[in-house]
Amino acid sequence: MKTLIALEDGTLFTGRAFAGSGEVYGELVFNTSMTGYQEILTDPSYHGQIVTLTYPLIGNYGVNEEDIESWKPHAAGLVVNEASRMHHNWRSTGSLAAYLEANNILGVDDVDTRAVTLHIRSRGAMKCVMSTTDLDPASLVAKAQQSPGLVGRDLSSEVSTPDPYEWPLENPTYRLAVLDCGIKRNQLRMWAERGVGAQVFPNQATAKEILAARPDGFFISNGPGDPDTLPQVLRTIRELVDHGLPTFGICFGHQLLALAHGGRTFKLKFGHRGANQPVKNLQTGLIEITSQNHGFCVDKDALAGTELETTHINLNDGTSEGLRHQQRPMFSVQYHPEAAPGPHDAAYLFNDFIQLMESTGT
Amino acid sequence: MPKRTDIKRIMLIGSGPIVIGQACEFDYSGTQACKALREEGYEVILINSNPATIMTDPEVADRTYVEPITAEAVRKIIAIERPDALLPTLGGQTGLNTALEVAEMGVLDEFGVELIGAKVDVIKRAEDRELFKEAMEAAGLECLKSERVNSLERAREVAQELGFPIIVRPSYTLGGTGGGTAYDETELDRIVASGLKASRVHEVLLEESALGWKEFEMEVVRDRNDNCVIICSIENLDPMGVHTGDSITVAPTQTLTDVEYQKMRDWSITVLRAIGVDTGGSNVQFAIHPETGRMVVIEMNPRVSRSSALASKATGYPIAKIAAKLAVGYTLDELPNDITRDPPASFEPTIDYCVVKVPRFAFEKFPGADLKLGVSMKSVGETMAIGRNFREALQKAFRGLEVGVAGLDLRAEDFVNKPEIETELTRTDTDRHFNVKYALKQGYTIEHIARLTGIDPWFIDQISQIVEMEKTLLAIPADQPLPADLLREAKKSGFSDRQIAVLRGPDVTELDIRRERLAAGIKPVYRLVDTCAGEFEAYTPYFYSSYAERDESRPSDKPKIMILGSGPNRIGQGIEFDYCCVHTVQALRELGYETIMVNSNPETVSTDYDTADKLYFEPLTFEDVMNIYENEKPLGVVVQMGGQTPLNLAVPLMKAGVPILGTSPDSIDRAEDRKHCRALLESLGLQQPESDTAETVEEALAIAQRIGYPVMVRPSYVLGGRAMMVAYKDADVEPFVRAALKVSPDFPVLIDRYLEGAIEVDVDAVADGHDVYVGGVMQHVEAAGIHSGDSACAVPPHSLSAPMVERIEAAVRDIALALDVRGIMNTQWAVAGDELYVIEINPRASRTVPYVSKATGVPLAKIAARIASGQTFAEMGYPAPPKPVTWYAVKEAVFPFNRFLGVDPILGPEMKSTGEVMGIDDSFEAAYWKSQIAAGQDLPTAGKVFLSAKDSDKPWMVVIGQQLNELGFELVSTTGTATALQEAGLEVQVLHKLADDAHPNVLDLMRTGDIHLIINTPSGPVARVDEVKIRSETIVRGIPIITTEAGARATLAAIRHVREKGWGVRALQDY
Repeated sequence: MKTLIALEDGTLFTGRAFAGSGEVYGELVFNTSMTGYQEILTDPSYHGQIVTLTYPLIGNYGVNEEDIESWKPHAAGLVVNEASRMHHNWRSTGSLAAYLEANNILGVDDVDTRAVTLHIRSRGAMKCVMSTTDLDPASLVAKAQQSPGLVGRDLSSEVSTPDPYEWPLENPTYRLAVLDCGIKRNQLRMWAERGVGAQVFPNQATAKEILAARPDGFFISNGPGDPDTLPQVLRTIRELVDHGLPTFGICFGHQLLALAHGGRTFKLKFGHRGANQPVKNLQTGLIEITSQNHGFCVDKDALAGTELETTHINLNDGTSEGLRHQQRPMFSVQYHPEAAPGPHDAAYLFNDFIQLMESTGT
Repeated sequence: MPKRTDIKRIMLIGSGPIVIGQACEFDYSGTQACKALREEGYEVILINSNPATIMTDPEVADRTYVEPITAEAVRKIIAIERPDALLPTLGGQTGLNTALEVAEMGVLDEFGVELIGAKVDVIKRAEDRELFKEAMEAAGLECLKSERVNSLERAREVAQELGFPIIVRPSYTLGGTGGGTAYDETELDRIVASGLKASRVHEVLLEESALGWKEFEMEVVRDRNDNCVIICSIENLDPMGVHTGDSITVAPTQTLTDVEYQKMRDWSITVLRAIGVDTGGSNVQFAIHPETGRMVVIEMNPRVSRSSALASKATGYPIAKIAAKLAVGYTLDELPNDITRDPPASFEPTIDYCVVKVPRFAFEKFPGADLKLGVSMKSVGETMAIGRNFREALQKAFRGLEVGVAGLDLRAEDFVNKPEIETELTRTDTDRHFNVKYALKQGYTIEHIARLTGIDPWFIDQISQIVEMEKTLLAIPADQPLPADLLREAKKSGFSDRQIAVLRGPDVTELDIRRERLAAGIKPVYRLVDTCAGEFEAYTPYFYSSYAERDESRPSDKPKIMILGSGPNRIGQGIEFDYCCVHTVQALRELGYETIMVNSNPETVSTDYDTADKLYFEPLTFEDVMNIYENEKPLGVVVQMGGQTPLNLAVPLMKAGVPILGTSPDSIDRAEDRKHCRALLESLGLQQPESDTAETVEEALAIAQRIGYPVMVRPSYVLGGRAMMVAYKDADVEPFVRAALKVSPDFPVLIDRYLEGAIEVDVDAVADGHDVYVGGVMQHVEAAGIHSGDSACAVPPHSLSAPMVERIEAAVRDIALALDVRGIMNTQWAVAGDELYVIEINPRASRTVPYVSKATGVPLAKIAARIASGQTFAEMGYPAPPKPVTWYAVKEAVFPFNRFLGVDPILGPEMKSTGEVMGIDDSFEAAYWKSQIAAGQDLPTAGKVFLSAKDSDKPWMVVIGQQLNELGFELVSTTGTATALQEAGLEVQVLHKLADDAHPNVLDLMRTGDIHLIINTPSGPVARVDEVKIRSETIVRGIPIITTEAGARATLAAIRHVREKGWGVRALQDY
């Protein structure tokens, strides 16, 4: 089915719906990972976004029941160059197209995704509508312009768990309170693999509720949307950190920790989304190849005068990738040490945090 | 950490001649390394015996030794140059092995030379199967299960555990004799029994077989701080069991999920750490069971490799350059990524296209060779293609292969053995991908084909989509126009105009489709290879075509010239032509032109993104070249440097209005068309050996009888002497002519008088239309009749008289002027007594250009390039008075017989060599000796020599025997030759003939290491079984063999010279 993709700046791309139909809107972004489309689709951080995959051949290995990062795909739509009609892998349980259809996600292929990527690179991520029903360019561009963007929008609350729950693990060595801002399951799996139990809280949980669980540490997950829309959450975080609870944040969690301590965030032109971002650990001088997915970013220059200091930077553009508290047991990273998809270079951070809990001895 | 300042002089070992498994990729990596190190202020000392390399251009390194790559030569160089460090990881397996040998001789300790990049223990751990496995297991990585056993009983138990098929490898035997793959108990018993017997220690290794598993490779770079990055993942389309060099390979992996890919990434890095590679690039190979997903490490190379060259071209990441910089102490974050400038080299390239590499084979040159592909590499070259989908890349690669197909087209099906398609699918031969296509058309299901071939269904489905598109196109009646949308879809799937034309009917040509396509506004756009999938702006102009919307090629307004490369390596067309193309680019850049390189061979220097101003990685076909031409609108195109490939495009391009720079296609045609050529030569008073052309077998026989046997038979429009032979009687002529007419039905067969015993001469010259500069007169060592590419030759001529040389030079001048050559020209001559014959005229660069240029110090290709751009000698100051050459440079050919065991390693009019070496020294004898050593002929200075000659060769064989005797060699022979030697008063050990079935025979002595040299001449046009056995055995055992009189005489003189005077090394810069 013919599909029209309209951007807020009036640019149009055409494609063909290979899964689903109808009309969806979202911020159009691109991800440069060559593998891991199922993980990307199910990452709640893509809530509100239409994802373009730069790798041109997608769906080759199908989908399976293991490589999922949440209970369902969250991206508003998927844009690819070619969706494979054949899928084959010993773990595969179905095709990508069927998976998207079952989850009501519009999948579009036969799109010149490199042209899309180059456009976003030069003009920035932007509001977008894709439709199989309205093929009138002017109408669709108008819809794109009228659609809500991401700035100033709290999307995290839309994907956070409504109720607290426990991630199953027998005999945990430590217990974490996890603030779910749109968590990827692999973060919980990483903790479980290391014997760390996790009680997962909605992002609006209060400090009191969290402390009542008597956690050994506090972990703030990734999530979608603008971090600077959650003043209550920032207060909760600040309270827990000040309480001396060892704290670790990833991605959105990193941004919230910076904001909670007087830092600032801003929106990158087109974000970092991919599995090849080089990050330098300023403490060790070593380089990690990291998995990333973020559009907002901590202003590392604005950390001057706060209690926070930069620990990791992005080697491509010098932006903030990690920070720590100068007095409290707290650190965070912008990238995804849990990978899924992406390289495992930064998995050490989970161990570092366990050590931090150990040395803090709560 | 910045670069090291405690080392100043670094020695690099090249990889030597082009052989199967070691081709241009090491010139590419070595050249990059030399440039990278000198850029950092280090002095580079280089050894490489291959004169056709860019790296041995005197300006690339500070000190360039074109010497045999042996531990002894390296020792001599180290003693003179006293380098601080030796970098062994950029010269392939040759570089690594030689470095190891030198280290073990104690030379590095003696002279205080540090091995950088990889230490001795690292090289050993990576290369030794046992040590490697131990290291992997210690690191917690899985390898294939294996066990050593000493009895049949234990072998059966182990086989129960590991399952069938199972690999049996006897311990301590040469070349795995007595081993094999057992598919059941009976075979196991048989193979283990013979294996135990063959093994010196009565032991065999049983190893689980990974036959049919999925095969992958990872290219990893590590720095001294233990930062590791993966440059590229590669998936082999062909499963385990076919050498990766012979497989179609695809980048990046297509059928792995992120979970599996990341596990492989983790393991790759663990392998590097476990083996202990300090810095640089390595390649790790994996196998994955297609049903269980079980992953095992197969092997690793602690050096840059063919795969890393492919990975560099596939991603744009210059692995060799980075590896060289890491070796001198930089870390990845300190080095910039040249392509995107801002981001550092410490990132992992991500690509937004699909890359396919297809191997090119040369089995037609080795009749009798086993066509089955296996664990020993057999392909001689490769082509790479980039597309936005797999089908596009695959079809581009096939049409770039130059094997007569324009993609996976209808003609490809001619290669298929149709009645036996099912059996064919289970075979790993070179046409297996054509078989898959044919089987799909016959209605075989994807699953069925996957089961038979072991190829992942995803790839088979892609081929199926090509088949479906073909059907759709066929369904459009010829009298109806192709719908534009369909045409666009076909182009997106990589269908070439020619391929579509064939589907449209016999009267439709490629040009018709091209017109139709352009009228519909369907033309390719050019996309950047940028290492980052478009995330950052890229500055390096490296492009591929695709059918999409946005073009990124940014054509400039500068005066520009397009240079066509030579495509995949094959026998007769290899690195020499890439060398000429690179020199052309260099010369034109110096003149201020923007240069545009077009080529499809990922091994080459010409496809390094900083060689030309712009690189188009595209097949060298009319369609692809025209598209680039129309996009760029250069002043013209240079076709004379890349060998036959671009030359074949000259006329079609000219007809399409493309200016051909240099010698005009018309002149080219006059030289190539034999009747025209004959008329021209007659007008110049030059003679050719009597010859005629035949279009039928009957004509051929009549001509042969008229000229008189022996005659040389060959098809017209030849490349590397393909399908040439010397016929001694009618019965030789008939089957050969029949075959030749089948190969090229449109071209008649040529029959020439065969000048037995004549001296052959090659001449390379450049001309500007007014003047001619003769670059070098090369005298062949072997007599005429041996293909010039296979013959050793010397500059200056070692025995031709000065007046004859002058006569030849004058004749070359006449021809060049008469043909109005503007650029380079190669001619071949035969001298029989006082008679001079023209054998061949090629108004293009030849294989010998790099060798002559290096031998004389005059860059012929560069001069020719300047002429092609319109300059004259007068403007350049050439021809300068030729410098008196006071030394000899001998070129020797190198053969791939060790890959085709059982094939008779004799020389004839059919070219068989893959590469060449040069020996250079003050005397012809020393230069010849060096050339032999460099080519792998390990000439003895004492020991036993086996002599065997047909009757007509016995007189000279006796002379050789006498000389050997004088030098103290012991002679060994069989009755016939022995009698002749004994009659001359020589002492000979007489052996049984093989046919006698009695011992000892010569094979026994070869096996015990008691024969040090073999001189054996072929008995006639059809070799006897026993002589083939003897000659093949020399290849297995690495015993030097000589099959011609001239070769024997030259060798003897060389051995005598070296025994008396020894030998030394000298840098090119000192000649």
